[in-house]
Amino acid sequence: MTATQRATDALIILALMLLAWQALHQAVGATALPAPLPTLSYLAKFLPTARFAANAWATLVSFFYALILSYALGLAIGIWMGIHRLSGAVGEPILISLYTLPKVTLYPVVLLIFGLSVSGRVTFGAMHGVLPVALLTMNAIRNIPPVYLKSARALRLSRWQTVFTVLLPATLPEVVSGLRIGFSLTLLGVLLAEMFAAKQGLGFLIINAMQLLQGEEMITVTLVLFVFAALANMLLLAIDHRLHRRV
Amino acid sequence: MNAIGWIRLAVIGAAVGALELASRSGLIDHRVVIAPSEMADALVRLLISGQANGQIALTFGIVIAAVLISVVVGFALGAAIHALPRVRQTLEPLFATYYAVPIFIFYPVMIAIFGLSVIPILLMGVLTALVAMIIATLNGLDRIPRVLMKVARVHRMGRLQTALRVSLPAAAPHLFTGIKLAVSYAFIGVIASEFLLAPAGLGRIISDAYSDFDNRRMYALMLLLIVVATLVNMALHALDQRWAQRRGIVRP
Amino acid sequence: MAAAPAGRQIHAALAGVTRTYPGAPGNKPVHALGPVDLELWRGEFFAVVGPSGCGKSTLLEILAGIQQATAGTVTFEARPVAGEVPQGLGVVFQEDASFAWLTVWDNAAFGLRRSGTPEAEIRRRVDDSLAFMGLTDFARAYPAQLSGGMRQRVCIARTLVLKPRLILLDEPFGALDAQTRLLMGDELLRLWRRTGATVLLITHALDEAAMLSDRIGVMSARPGRFLDIVETGWPHERNSTIVGEARFGEITGRLWNHLRGESLKSLGYAGMTAE
Repeated sequence: MTATQRATDALIILALMLLAWQALHQAVGATALPAPLPTLSYLAKFLPTARFAANAWATLVSFFYALILSYALGLAIGIWMGIHRLSGAVGEPILISLYTLPKVTLYPVVLLIFGLSVSGRVTFGAMHGVLPVALLTMNAIRNIPPVYLKSARALRLSRWQTVFTVLLPATLPEVVSGLRIGFSLTLLGVLLAEMFAAKQGLGFLIINAMQLLQGEEMITVTLVLFVFAALANMLLLAIDHRLHRRV
Repeated sequence: MNAIGWIRLAVIGAAVGALELASRSGLIDHRVVIAPSEMADALVRLLISGQANGQIALTFGIVIAAVLISVVVGFALGAAIHALPRVRQTLEPLFATYYAVPIFIFYPVMIAIFGLSVIPILLMGVLTALVAMIIATLNGLDRIPRVLMKVARVHRMGRLQTALRVSLPAAAPHLFTGIKLAVSYAFIGVIASEFLLAPAGLGRIISDAYSDFDNRRMYALMLLLIVVATLVNMALHALDQRWAQRRGIVRP
Repeated sequence: MAAAPAGRQIHAALAGVTRTYPGAPGNKPVHALGPVDLELWRGEFFAVVGPSGCGKSTLLEILAGIQQATAGTVTFEARPVAGEVPQGLGVVFQEDASFAWLTVWDNAAFGLRRSGTPEAEIRRRVDDSLAFMGLTDFARAYPAQLSGGMRQRVCIARTLVLKPRLILLDEPFGALDAQTRLLMGDELLRLWRRTGATVLLITHALDEAAMLSDRIGVMSARPGRFLDIVETGWPHERNSTIVGEARFGEITGRLWNHLRGESLKSLGYAGMTAE
């Protein structure tokens, strides 16, 4: 598929979404769902405000810390479970069960422990993101073809050389996939936490705006988050694809 | 159960046991986490008293409805898109990015549109699960070995016959994976929405219990959710394993 | 092309058949096969050999009606074949085509189930077919539990129940080891004699073709055309022991003489011939 085709497709999707938005707006009215154009003008006014900046910053900080935690913990757990076969075999079903569990059920515990502080939101975000990172990293290590290790031995590579020149490149694509999914889930966790019990952050703004019947602010912040998540993911996907292509 | 299964059981048992000890000994503040035995006790009493049964039934009812809708519609859409390669090409980036967007940001919009009722909750459940089913359907239909379609032609089967008697059974394992995912995601979508804001339901009463500082009730319901979610996933997993084994598919 | 000898009917025929695929955007169309002329005589065992990529499978699929020829005509029992697989024709493919979700027995019964045959008759024919293919003990097993060779036998059993008059086999033993192939060759001959069907076998194994067939069509490199039709003259009652006869070596040699150059061509060594 050529680049122009891809661009046209993207435009088609965009156009369809805007049309659907407009149609939905006409069906339910402006208080429930503002139309695209008024939203964009509100966006232009709202984005430069201090209020937006403060809340966006709050979310960004929480998200950043949560992501670091997800990645560090996830990689550590994943590497250990990948290398230590028994732990991997024992732990995998547990991790998978936790993955499919609606973690929001554990949120009250987090709240009880951390209160409404940033640590709570960071922890909750990390709880979401750590699992895919751990699971995919573990899989990546398990799936290293044994012939790679044999070749490294045959080539008389040292331990460090094996890790850096064979194992790391071999596992990188799948690990990066895990990091990509972890990114999205961590964001989800942080936003959920903000939506439920917080006094700041973009998630809080959305719920707050809805409760105060400020439709424009609600949909604007939703739009901002949507675009951020979509763009970030497309970037990560591009990296993901590039890594997978050379495998 | 093999050795690994026993080890796993032991690990989980040890973790629960440690929590029990820590809670009873006062190491963990009682106002934060209560002992697992207390949680179980609270749950049993709650179920017997029947106080929460209405809410529980409501939530599970919504989850089941969400699963049914997303599986049926997801399969239909998946099959339709599969038959239209150009449409599929255009939609592919949408599917790739769908789960990257935190879908709960749209929950308030839905409440604004439909009001605070079960509709937005059902919708969230469906929207969370739908695309997973579509993707699984596309995957399943992709992976039907070409030779089986040729066999259908050799047997002079019409399109409907081929779809029902060859394509569907051949794609079934992947479709079942889609169903498993749909169940998980519907659960997550419904519970999380109820937790955030809902007129009623399991998530709502958990959230209420939290606000009322009623730890016993809160943990009892959390335990219920964990147990039900785990049991359902285990059952689906076991079914999947059995069918996969018969087909010679290796499942991790 | 020799005309059908007296007393032998033409069972199926290809006349001037060509198959061209549209090329990728910006490329020329791919001329995959032909023009090919072929007459299959009723009841004969005909093999097609040729270098890889020469279009053997395409030939088979066009004959079966699974693919449409770009030019030329295909007839089966004097009726034209176009777009639909005619009744009375069976195909065994190279890939494992057994239905993983059905038992061996249900696999074999698959074709009959839809034709409205009474249950008792289905049972009789399936049991018979499974017995003939040596699968009776595995009737309740699933294909995943069987070896590759046995799965292929399931596919053959599934074809046999329908009592086809023309059986097309596209490298059915391609994935099997050499010894199993020779034994399966004997099976095939047994099958051929038992059913009295006309058999067209596509194979890349020259010894297999030489051992099993009445006539062998030698195809050129892509675009595939028939270079020669070799008549083996084997007796009707034959089995794999004929590989010991001198004539076997002559036939194989003759096939290879044709194919050596063609295979080099298809591998890309155009111009390298007598080295």
